[in-house]
Amino acid sequence: MTSLPWGAMARLAGRRALFALPVLLTVTFGVFAIAAASPFDPVKAYAGNAALGADKETLDRLRSNLGVDEPFTAHWWDWLASAASGDLGWSSVMRQPVAQVIGERLVWSTLLCAVAFVVAVLLGTMLGVLAARRPGSWLDRTVTSLAYVLEAAPVFWIALLAIWLFALQLDVLPAGGLTDTASEQVSAGQLASHIVLPAGVLAVSQLPWFTLYVRQGVGDALTEDPVRGARARGLSERTVLLGHALRSGLLPVLTLIGSRAPELITGALLVESVFSWPGIAAATVEAATAVDFPLLAALTTLATAAVLIGNMLADLLYGLFDPRVKLSEM
Amino acid sequence: MAEAAAEREWRSYGISRRSTHTIRLRSSAALAVVTVLAVLLVPPLVQLDQQAVDLAAKLRPPSWAHPFGTDDVGRDLLLRCVYGLRVSLLVGVAAALTAALIGTAVGATAGALGGWVDRGIMRLVDTVSSVPHLLLGVFIVAMFRPGVWPVVISVALTHWLSTARIVRAEVLSLRSRPYIDAAVSGGASRWRVTVRHLLPAVLPQAGLAAVLMVPHAMWHESALSFLGLGLPTHTASLGTLIQGARGSLLVGQWWPTLFPGLFIIVPTLAVAGLAGAWRERLNPRRRSELTL
Repeated sequence: MTSLPWGAMARLAGRRALFALPVLLTVTFGVFAIAAASPFDPVKAYAGNAALGADKETLDRLRSNLGVDEPFTAHWWDWLASAASGDLGWSSVMRQPVAQVIGERLVWSTLLCAVAFVVAVLLGTMLGVLAARRPGSWLDRTVTSLAYVLEAAPVFWIALLAIWLFALQLDVLPAGGLTDTASEQVSAGQLASHIVLPAGVLAVSQLPWFTLYVRQGVGDALTEDPVRGARARGLSERTVLLGHALRSGLLPVLTLIGSRAPELITGALLVESVFSWPGIAAATVEAATAVDFPLLAALTTLATAAVLIGNMLADLLYGLFDPRVKLSEM
Repeated sequence: MAEAAAEREWRSYGISRRSTHTIRLRSSAALAVVTVLAVLLVPPLVQLDQQAVDLAAKLRPPSWAHPFGTDDVGRDLLLRCVYGLRVSLLVGVAAALTAALIGTAVGATAGALGGWVDRGIMRLVDTVSSVPHLLLGVFIVAMFRPGVWPVVISVALTHWLSTARIVRAEVLSLRSRPYIDAAVSGGASRWRVTVRHLLPAVLPQAGLAAVLMVPHAMWHESALSFLGLGLPTHTASLGTLIQGARGSLLVGQWWPTLFPGLFIIVPTLAVAGLAGAWRERLNPRRRSELTL
């Protein structure tokens, strides 16, 4: 590849962003509609235990101050207007502005997901190629059945068993958190030892589908004419496998990488809460348990945006790597 | 000569594939039957109380008396797991059925009406599917408080999308068939064509989608319960069991965590295996298609 077609990439990203905006608006609207339909009472949530002793007059005043009786579309509109200026509201469970909660935690979630994803992609490609090389061999069967079992296993269960094995029985890795409880600062060494288990478990949960798709893609490519031609020309098995079969076999997998963002987020949600990893996903669970609506609404929107970005990246990758597809036509 | 060799090779390849597949098919079917029998027969036939507390025998490792061991108040884990599987399966089946109903209705409407209704509905489906399922489920359960029905509804509301897509595509392909033209030119109304001629033809597809959704729904329920946002602890599901076992796991007892998880894996594998075999029978050329 000589140089990247930056102009075409930027235009595609711009077009996708234009399409993403109505999706995000609809999702936020839906979030407010669900909240309006639920039996959840913002006045009681705001007043907390004080609501039990308060007289009706005070509660009514609170009610009108909070604007509970206005239609939810008005709330939605206000929220959108303040969100546009960077104010996402106040998180009652974190006792911080929502924007600050997200700002502090986003980096840890991104780090966890990125490490897990890279590990899953590398390991999955390796296992998939090994399995595809001799379909039906014991290696292929082991990899495939293991992948099916792992795909069926709930990620939080794998996480708990990993804690039991590595943190309790072998005592080689910490069971959770970002640093040791005693330390004040986040150091690189601490972080490296604490990220191994959560990222490893998240990678293992993403590994099966990736391995199976690489196996299928490479396996199909191995039976096609270019590979036969390469073999006929006497190229080494290594060149045939990595230079020809893997290259064309990975193409269909590339599109899937971006579209797996929802599964990655789902996995992160569970893994972070098992390992008390101080990321966005763990905050979601806390917000849900305490019915912290402003935080929940912001996090749902953020996750949707992440999924849309993932889809866009998949399109970009596909346009870059598949010579049959032109970015300007997507 | 060479052709015969190729033929023989092809044959042996086919036979070996078929034999592995019957193994897979048979083991899946056996697992599915065992699961269903355990769930249906154990509670009425075995007169044992799953809540029977025996503090003298708490946290015993697996033994002949308690094949899966006992939990932190001495309840038999095998019995707890069977009852938990019952709850999880019930929630899974209810949610999958609801999701399939919603999906079929929406997909059939989009496919049968076409035009801007179709475009609008499919846009909505795309929009909902860009919210991560578990997150949307967590949000719904959080707003409606944990309980059996909020969990069923939250799973159903996040899982109808695939059925809607399948049913719509199927209706669109059926609409151009001659028998539909015949019905229309015979004066049948749009409603009659949809209900009498289109829906019966898409039901097998929708049914397969519903069956495939049961493990997903079970997984979803157990994840919600594990996060403490699912079923109340007195109606223990597999997710609640794993959640409840976290305390004993941290002091080194692995069995209360391990076995409920296996009870989630086994039905999932059984359904995936059966669905894979079914697809192969319908379409043998797509033998290697993944059924995840």
